[in-house]
Amino acid sequence: MRAKRLLWHVVCLVLLAALLYPVVWMVLASFKPANEIISSLKLLPEKFIFANYREVFRGTAGVSIWTFFTNSVVVSAGSVIGNVVSCALAAYAFAWLRFRLRGPLFAFMIATIMLPVHVLLIPQYTIFQRLDLVDTFWPLVLPKVLATDAFFVFLMVQFMRGLPRELGDAARIDGAGPIRTFSSIVLPLSRPALVTTAIFTFIWSWNDFLSQLIYLNTPRNYTLPLALRLFIDQTSETSYGAMMAMSVLSLLPIALFFFAFQRLLVEGVATTGLNG
Amino acid sequence: MRERPGWAYLFLSPWVLGVLLLTLGPMAASLYLSFTDYDLFSTPNWVGLQNYRNLFTDDERFLTSVWVTVKYVLLSTPLKLAAALAVAVLLNRDSMAQGFYRSAFYAPSLLGASVAVALSWRVIFNAWVSNPSYSLLTLVALAVWQFGAPMVIFLAGLKQIPQELYDASSVDGAGAWRTFRSVTLPMLSPVIFFNLVLETIHAFQAFTGVFVISGGRGGPIDSTLFYTLYLYQKGFTEFRMGYASAMAWVLVLVVALITAVLFRTARAWVFYIGDER
Repeated sequence: MRAKRLLWHVVCLVLLAALLYPVVWMVLASFKPANEIISSLKLLPEKFIFANYREVFRGTAGVSIWTFFTNSVVVSAGSVIGNVVSCALAAYAFAWLRFRLRGPLFAFMIATIMLPVHVLLIPQYTIFQRLDLVDTFWPLVLPKVLATDAFFVFLMVQFMRGLPRELGDAARIDGAGPIRTFSSIVLPLSRPALVTTAIFTFIWSWNDFLSQLIYLNTPRNYTLPLALRLFIDQTSETSYGAMMAMSVLSLLPIALFFFAFQRLLVEGVATTGLNG
Repeated sequence: MRERPGWAYLFLSPWVLGVLLLTLGPMAASLYLSFTDYDLFSTPNWVGLQNYRNLFTDDERFLTSVWVTVKYVLLSTPLKLAAALAVAVLLNRDSMAQGFYRSAFYAPSLLGASVAVALSWRVIFNAWVSNPSYSLLTLVALAVWQFGAPMVIFLAGLKQIPQELYDASSVDGAGAWRTFRSVTLPMLSPVIFFNLVLETIHAFQAFTGVFVISGGRGGPIDSTLFYTLYLYQKGFTEFRMGYASAMAWVLVLVVALITAVLFRTARAWVFYIGDER
């Protein structure tokens, strides 16, 4: 029995090591000179160097890495706030209020989860271009403020439906209107759903590439993924060191979120089928 | 539950605005634009079915992009689900360490969607990325590497299977493989179906990794010219937005069709408890 258990751990750990090899390699590669990055897949550097990080902090395309970082933070934070607020409002209506179109609107909301975004890209781009908002953060944040991430509405509806109805009745007897019921009963009790939404929205906006690629076009407005993208076009291999260093830096917030909230993240996936 | 329609619409107003301005409106607009020669700068002219006709009869690269994407979906989805199921079964046992392993195996799903990981992938698989026979496989590998999310969903499903079924199976003298085939698989089939639909739809829309690994061009020699990448090129580098809109609608129709087909086949192999058909 003990031998079997030990074998199980060995199998799990070997698989895990293979799976995480690329990530560990990436982190260690950021401390290697460019020629070593290209020539070997060995994990450990011959000698740890910090020149790659120094180069990254000197800036890319004349823009400081702090600018890219701040831009990513602004986009992600704006998306988180927009998403949490607008999705919570909509979910409360679907889960706790009665109105004639509730059934059809809810069904429609579910249908939009499956819709490929590509069909919306061009008209949305045209709208934002007419509004002169291309190359600003608005096209990235405004859709979240308007609850277009229907998946999170759905997630919150499921959660709010599970809250004890009697609390609402008690609040009504006390003379509380829908706003009071929402803000002092439903919202505080829905914290787990709100936190799950916030974390996933942050990580997905942080990793988002397509919409940032389309809407942001001056380096001063670039987010980290777009700054990293500049390395793709460089044919010289001397930039590989800086590329690895910046890649590692750009993943740090995700790693922090993962370590801080791993339980919540995994539970979120397990219970709702959340899947970026 | 209270009868307050006015309040309900007040709470719904951001979502309703989003639906009208950013979903329904754009859907109608893109359908219209797909029948025009819209190029972002001049007034669109109606060209009828010409965009659609050109796609299928006069655009070699479009057909290439369809083929590349189909190959990718057919390879990456089953492999990813098989890896997810295998690891879920492996992890499904009583152990204090299960939570740790579950999180650790899930980690690539969070990291893998980033430009940073795709860039590293490009360096690690350098020799493969530049070889047209293998370049698509590196993208398949990147997708399969992110099996963590479906694995977590499978694991949650495995925990729902009642222990009595396993007990009964072992009383009947069934071995591990037999038990897996006649207890685990049927009991898990609704979850398998859920993951299959989700991952298939997902795979059709892959973009970030493709863009980074193919250098944004779909190379070498169009071996990684994904549908979404070609759509992006047509719409946002050549500004042939009418044409790109037609491509977007073909994608929507194909995804809808495949989802419908999957739901159709589900009747034959997805087993729900209490379902006596």
